[in-house]
Amino acid sequence: MPDTAHFEFLLRLGDSCLVLGHRLSEWCGHAPELEEDIALANVALDLTGQADMLLAEAARFEGKGRDADALAFLRDAGDFRNLLICERPNGDFAHTIMRQFLFDAWQVELYGALAASSDKALAGIAGKAVKEAEYHLRHSGEWVVRLGDGTPESHSRAQDALDLLWPYTGEMFEADETVAALVAARIAPDPAALQSAWTRTVDDVLAEATLAKPPSGWMQTGGLTGRHSEALGHMLAVMQVLPRSHPGAKW
Amino acid sequence: MVTAEKQDMRIAQAWAVLGQVMDPEVPALSVVDLGIVREIRCEASGLAIDLTPTYTGCPATAAIRLDVENAIEAAGLGRPTIRLVTSPAWTTDWISPDARRRLKEYGIAPPAGSAPKGRRGLFAPEPAIACPRCGSTDTRQTSAFGSTACKALYVCAACAEPFEYFKCI
Ligand SMILES: [Zn+2]
Repeated sequence: MPDTAHFEFLLRLGDSCLVLGHRLSEWCGHAPELEEDIALANVALDLTGQADMLLAEAARFEGKGRDADALAFLRDAGDFRNLLICERPNGDFAHTIMRQFLFDAWQVELYGALAASSDKALAGIAGKAVKEAEYHLRHSGEWVVRLGDGTPESHSRAQDALDLLWPYTGEMFEADETVAALVAARIAPDPAALQSAWTRTVDDVLAEATLAKPPSGWMQTGGLTGRHSEALGHMLAVMQVLPRSHPGAKW
Repeated sequence: MVTAEKQDMRIAQAWAVLGQVMDPEVPALSVVDLGIVREIRCEASGLAIDLTPTYTGCPATAAIRLDVENAIEAAGLGRPTIRLVTSPAWTTDWISPDARRRLKEYGIAPPAGSAPKGRRGLFAPEPAIACPRCGSTDTRQTSAFGSTACKALYVCAACAEPFEYFKCI
């Protein structure tokens, strides 16, 4: 098992948490109600905490003396390995919740499987994070049902969000050489198995929400190899400005 | 040469010291009550302490670590080596019945029952949460998330008290 594949895999996991965590934090002070403001900030905090642990592990495998902070704040967009769905701009509340639901349902399956990884440090992080992901999924899932099975306005916004985000879900189950190497070493689960479990959760919730699942068709790709949308660069400019403007700043 | 007996005494003393180090966000409980201190060992270089974070993103983790280091040093036990461990994952099951009672007296409803074994059902019903003020279970969740990662917000229909609930995980 080459350390480079291990590094790459941990980077993907950590970057997705970091980027989505930052996106959610953009809602802080702007959510439709106080309770939801608190909720989105809490989920953002959990994801950032997971990113911190995963990127610290990634840095260890990279072995170039970088730490989690260096990976988070001193890389450019092309070096990020997050899923494209994580960098999508927030849009309206329905869009944010739908993005969260599709992601949470994936993360619960992924962490559940990674808790049995042959990489003991990763298994430890996943075993802890899966509890948080389950809590997030409950929250986002309840909102998807409430919006989908709500008013005509909330239903149409939830359906629009689903249609827009659906082409970004294929990336969650992409299998390339990196993934194949990790599956062979029993570090990572088989993406096909993840996909069937994810599909069951998504189908159940969408049915209850009276939302129509989009037909499976062309899927977006690129995040895992560093080909990102323009949106990520803008987001990183905000996220990284402090450590980049004041290198080595401590407080 | 430090005898095994002396080492045991030092470890016991360290546990007693940390039993007085309160969690910065839940000051009714110590870091020992919360199960954050996993193990204390006596090594050649001094005391080695294993801590586990409650939630991965808990912002208090760094403050707790510093409080633990300072308390051990102030007690004359030397600067300890701290190791952050993630496995086994922290669970509210580690909070003792006595600590749960003190949590309730402080005004926070303690975790109801024990953490779910295996996967949590997506929309599985939550257990009834008793109001820490009047004891009524006629309560309603107002937010699944609260002022800290470990809590949710509730309100009591019987006495109208809004209160925090320590999430059971
Ligand atoms: Zn009451």
